[in-house]
Amino acid sequence: MSDHFRLEGRPRAIRSAERRIAACWLITALAALALAGLYIAGGQPQVEGALLFVAFVFLGLGFVVIARDLLPGSNVTGSRGALPSTEAEREAAQAAFERGEEPFVRRSFLLRMLLLAGGALGLAALFPINSLGPRPKDTLRRTSWRKGSRLVTEDGRPVMFGDLLVDGVLTVFPEGHTDDADAQTVLINLGDAPQKVPPNRKTWSVDGYVAYSKVCTHAGCPVGLYSPDRHQLLCPCHQSTFAVLDICRPIFGPAPRPLPQLPIERDSSDFLVAQSDYTQPVGPGYWNRP
Amino acid sequence: MSDAGNESVAEPGAAIGPDAGSPAATRPARRQSWIDRLAQWGDDRLGISRFTQTALDKIFPDHWSFMLGEVALYCFVVLVLTGSYLTFFFSPSESNVVYHGSYRPLQGVQMSDAYRSVMDISFKVRAGLVMRQIHHWAAVVFVAAIVVHMCRIFFTGAFRRPRELNWIIGVTLLLLAIGNGFTGYSLPDDLLSGTGLRIAYSVVLSIPFVGSWFGFLFFGGRFPGTAIIQRLFVIHVLFVPALIAITLSAHLAVVWHQKHTDFPGPGKTEDTIHGSRLWPQYAAKSIGLFCFVIAVLAALGGLAQINPIWLYGPYRPAAASAASQPDWYVGWLEGALRVMPNFEIRLFHHTIANPFFPGVLLPGITFLLLYAWPFLEQRFTRDRAGHNLLDRPRDRPMRTAFGVATLSFYLVLFLAGGDDVLASTFGLSLQAMIHTFQASLLIVPVVNGYVAWRVCKELSRQRAHPIQRPVAGVVTRTVTGGYEVVGEPEGDGRTEPALETGSEG
Repeated sequence: MSDHFRLEGRPRAIRSAERRIAACWLITALAALALAGLYIAGGQPQVEGALLFVAFVFLGLGFVVIARDLLPGSNVTGSRGALPSTEAEREAAQAAFERGEEPFVRRSFLLRMLLLAGGALGLAALFPINSLGPRPKDTLRRTSWRKGSRLVTEDGRPVMFGDLLVDGVLTVFPEGHTDDADAQTVLINLGDAPQKVPPNRKTWSVDGYVAYSKVCTHAGCPVGLYSPDRHQLLCPCHQSTFAVLDICRPIFGPAPRPLPQLPIERDSSDFLVAQSDYTQPVGPGYWNRP
Repeated sequence: MSDAGNESVAEPGAAIGPDAGSPAATRPARRQSWIDRLAQWGDDRLGISRFTQTALDKIFPDHWSFMLGEVALYCFVVLVLTGSYLTFFFSPSESNVVYHGSYRPLQGVQMSDAYRSVMDISFKVRAGLVMRQIHHWAAVVFVAAIVVHMCRIFFTGAFRRPRELNWIIGVTLLLLAIGNGFTGYSLPDDLLSGTGLRIAYSVVLSIPFVGSWFGFLFFGGRFPGTAIIQRLFVIHVLFVPALIAITLSAHLAVVWHQKHTDFPGPGKTEDTIHGSRLWPQYAAKSIGLFCFVIAVLAALGGLAQINPIWLYGPYRPAAASAASQPDWYVGWLEGALRVMPNFEIRLFHHTIANPFFPGVLLPGITFLLLYAWPFLEQRFTRDRAGHNLLDRPRDRPMRTAFGVATLSFYLVLFLAGGDDVLASTFGLSLQAMIHTFQASLLIVPVVNGYVAWRVCKELSRQRAHPIQRPVAGVVTRTVTGGYEVVGEPEGDGRTEPALETGSEG
């Protein structure tokens, strides 16, 4: 019952419970001191975790034992009382509210002006939000690739024809734009593997070197895994798979479109360069994508 | 009114002092402890004695399943404490630095200052790693506790009138917890979380009409931009935690005001509540639970490695590793992205991109359904009465079946989020794996729902309840002062009358 505790009237049991609780909290104190010592000595994550565990388990155990054995207040029943107000209270509240509502309703044009004022303030607040970032305009349709951009590696080294063995892959960027995440391109030397090349792309590759956007058309992850024996590019995030010999058409997974191809050529000093930017937007779809 | 006198609050006029007439005469004669004096000081200024007495006398049910919400609450406390410590050392900056810290493999590597500061927290700051790992584990357990708590509320019908409002507040808390988990997970700017941000950006881009605009505003331009880490930081340490604190307070205030539900049983009625008083019984037990939560999180944080960012390396847009799994509570979305068939809608020079359906539409519908559930169920069952006593899941086979089916659906999505790990662990083909998951999404919920429905029907046919002792009825006191036995004696010979007294102030 409410004002009795479990061990009431059993002095020996009480004393033994007290001893157990005291022991628990003593262990906590010792673990805490050990923790302090450990920090002075420099700390060690595993031991810190273990000591914190010991300290808090015994702290909690002490509380649970004291609640169970020595504290009153368990096993009581009480009334819940009624939640809803009485009819009179509701009416009084309504009357109190109407004291202010009625004058406003009578002057509904004032209410409209208030709404106008609030709306105008809200509208004015929209424009500072614009400074959070530039407007997209058509930036999503373009990357930093330009006619004549040299293909460089992530650390800026230009790539020459002949740098890749057959079935070799390399991630390349336009020279001077290695921070343009959407321009990342995967360069593959397919050697003389038979490709299905559409007529308008006959001149887009250089002797088996092909360049495709590395940004997955599903959710934008870098399509980084190339399997040379199957000539497939695999996205590590959601497993979209692209057939490199067939203009990187998606053959498995959620990607809805082929990876766009970057037209490349060989310049007079054997460096690989882009013929132009990508001819279609790279990466995942978005509302204004044509 | 109450039989439990409150001894810690002094009663004016209870005793007569030697110098009657002076203000001191109204104080009790026995020597006052500092608590008495503090209580009196407070009451003179705020009049808090009545509230204190009601609060200390408040009755809380004892069933273990009522602790789940408390576990979530205590995780939040741990998150705030450990998180505050981490903010002293974290640098929310994307400026490029070269690492010169004590972790050899990354020495001389270019990274963002954010990543560098998390490396220092992990290897240099005293108790840094253990705090960081406790923080991460606490986030993981926080969301888990919320979900399990919510399952308890759902399957026992605790969301029914008058508690629809608190269900809505609770669903909001789940949403905020997931949001804060994801933003915090993204802060270290490591390869894994950066990949997650890239996917989140693509999901935002896919929103019709406003997607690219939102994406650019949020990231400060085209991905990865330069502003995302500092913005996520403010969101993670200020906006969302403040919202959680406010929402959590509202959640607790409502449960305090409405009082807890309770399981039906001998002596339990719609108008009474049975359990332990807040003071001292429940308070002591709850502090004990708090300590256990801290203990478990500390053990996990110290002994179980989580998010070892030094193994992932700093984020580079051109890199990603296989087996990129997010924290568990985002797993269902990750799985949904993976099993989605590869189509997108292209109409009139506009595109509704593929990630929109699993990344925006699915969570939208999920949370809409969660918010609407109490009202949907009222529509179906036409039960609009107030309920303080809980349902046993078996007695509501349709609800239970629906809940099991829904959980199965999200469990399949969650597993699909790890399809590459599962495929390589069990040596299966990834393709077969995905197709199996796609089929399972349609089949498993239906099968599980049906099985749950049958099990409920079967169990409710046998009347025995596994947790209740049979009793010989309840003795209650009548208005006139007599006693009477209410309820049918049932069960076997192990009967005992349950006599209960007391009331709540």
